[in-house]
Amino acid sequence: MEKFTLHAGLVAPLDRENVDTDAIIPKQFLKSIHRTGFGPNLFDAWRYLDPGEPGQDPAARKPNPDFVLNQPRYQGATILIARKNFGCGSSREHAPWALQQYGFRAIIAPSYADIFFNNCFKNGLLPIVLPDFHLDHLFQEVAAHSGYRLAIDLPAQTVTTPSGQVMRFDVEPFRKECLVNGWDDIGLTLRREDAIRAYEERRRAAEPWIFS
Amino acid sequence: MTALTLYEKLWNSHLVHEERDGTALIYIDRHLVHEVTSPQAFEGLALAGRKPWRIGSVVATADHNVPTKGLDKGIADDVSRLQVETLDRNVERFAVPVYFPMRDARQGIVHVIGPEQGATLPGMTVVCGDSHTSTHGAFAALAFGIGTSEVEHVLATQCLLAKKAKTLRIRVEGALPAGVGAKDVVLAVIGRIGTAGGTGHSIEFAGSAIRALSMEGRMTVCNMAIEAGARSGLVAVDEKTIAYLQGRPFSPRGEMFDRAAAYWRTLVSDEGARFDREVTLDAAALKPQVTWGTSPEMVVSIEDRVPDPAAEKDPVRREAMERALEYMGLQPRMPMTDVAIDKVFIGSCTNSRIEDLRAAAAVVKGRRVAGSVKLAMVVPGSGLVKRQAEQEGLDRIFLASGFEWREPGCSMCLGMNDDRLSPGERCASTSNRNFEGRQGAGGRTHLVSPTMAAAAALAGRFVDVRRLG
Ligand code: SF4
Repeated sequence: MEKFTLHAGLVAPLDRENVDTDAIIPKQFLKSIHRTGFGPNLFDAWRYLDPGEPGQDPAARKPNPDFVLNQPRYQGATILIARKNFGCGSSREHAPWALQQYGFRAIIAPSYADIFFNNCFKNGLLPIVLPDFHLDHLFQEVAAHSGYRLAIDLPAQTVTTPSGQVMRFDVEPFRKECLVNGWDDIGLTLRREDAIRAYEERRRAAEPWIFS
Repeated sequence: MTALTLYEKLWNSHLVHEERDGTALIYIDRHLVHEVTSPQAFEGLALAGRKPWRIGSVVATADHNVPTKGLDKGIADDVSRLQVETLDRNVERFAVPVYFPMRDARQGIVHVIGPEQGATLPGMTVVCGDSHTSTHGAFAALAFGIGTSEVEHVLATQCLLAKKAKTLRIRVEGALPAGVGAKDVVLAVIGRIGTAGGTGHSIEFAGSAIRALSMEGRMTVCNMAIEAGARSGLVAVDEKTIAYLQGRPFSPRGEMFDRAAAYWRTLVSDEGARFDREVTLDAAALKPQVTWGTSPEMVVSIEDRVPDPAAEKDPVRREAMERALEYMGLQPRMPMTDVAIDKVFIGSCTNSRIEDLRAAAAVVKGRRVAGSVKLAMVVPGSGLVKRQAEQEGLDRIFLASGFEWREPGCSMCLGMNDDRLSPGERCASTSNRNFEGRQGAGGRTHLVSPTMAAAAALAGRFVDVRRLG
């Protein structure tokens, strides 16, 4: 997994609540059996005027000029700010894959749906939770200043604005450690192999029907 | 002894290891697999040179991409076909012992076949790369959806990294009025607590109205726990749970069943157990529900009108309402009964079980689908549900009314196969998500119960099923 420590980048605003994973990556793109190639179809139905289908040449599509990510000032954005309950709906990990493959490294929102939140950490995409008043402020600042950037420091758990304002965020120590080190979860869990086997023995004695 | 909630009992019995910050390693008993979220996981496993830890825990089926008619012709869409064939190949390569492929009599939606086969048992942890895994919580199993990286993690280690959830008990007390069912209960719950209301929580559905529901009804309720933001929903074990499991193919048998049942009966929240939050609903006051917007929380009763954004004070919410009304092509304050529909879909892991089909058939029996309705379809949740319905003659009732009777699968719940809405089409749907484009780009979805969908088919618009007579 890609490590995440420090990151500074351009911010793009998506001023909506309850952005669902069907919107982040529509179902027709879930037919892929690969893990890559989702970036061009991030927010497909909002981003393009023509209907999206797998296998299209992105250059031949009709971008929707009204969609915020298509505005020239947000090209190259790596940090997305959004409203509450971001990533609700389906468990599709294609959603964080698409966000990341588009170029985002971090999202900042007041809250996330649980499965999406979890999926982000598995892919080196950092979902930061900040309270509503901070987000209100960030949305205003981004609108007011073209080229608005933020600096994220995961070890210190801070987001710093261009004017030097520092916003602290919480992150679970274990998730943070994994992300900062780029650790592979499976490798970590397999270090507990003995504990898993011992557990299985106990369960097999208590609930043998589970293992038949 | 401290009084424990059902969730705490399930959590404690699956704890393998705990980190200092509370991140835990929990053991997974049952792993359900379908074609959409598994290919990258199997590939990852192979690339890392890892073997599945306990492949016997896996039950696999193809459901999202399968066509619901002309099965003999196979899947026309190349990309869909490749995804299903990839599952076929992975099943073979990793020796998955239980697989219900396309055309198998037992094939169906993963959340319908798990319980139907007895592959979901009380006291289990059940996971699937699919958010509606919450359905299985109706059996007092700790069941939740996971991402593809986690699918790979479970395949490789039989465990998951997890953090203990908070607990929310939703009590629905009293008797449900006639014409009001499990779907209305859960839509009303979501209307009350919102789509993020259960975030970070496991919801236990309790109270006399939940106890009175059949297992099918409890599955409908738990299915949509995820739409309330909760990864898992639970219902305590009672005699209905145990009776349902008796004689299922994967249930324990004979003496082992009795031993299991004795343990299962302990899977209830103890008297005096503390929940982080409690919400109570009065069952007698509930009415048939219809969603009007693009989020399941945008819901009203059939007696109500489309809400007016002008009356909403919160600007972010007001804008969301305006956007939803524009997408849905609705006017503020119009009565829900004035909303005309183009299509009707009875199906999905929320409402495609035998009881749902019986209820819908009872409404349409001897009546005709309105001429203005372009398509009304019934998609049973599994091959076994379909067979049972045909034995009861339900297929003939639907066909005589002008419904289409299809093969099992996810179908128009999300339209990964050929069943979908065209732009602007409006659908009365028994599924679980009314997101923009969910049933097809530009399609407009209204979530309702099976009987309300049936009534809408007959009238060509939403009507109160209680007034149908
Ligand atoms: S029926 Fe719909 S919600 Fe259920 S598993 Fe299939 S696609 Fe998902």
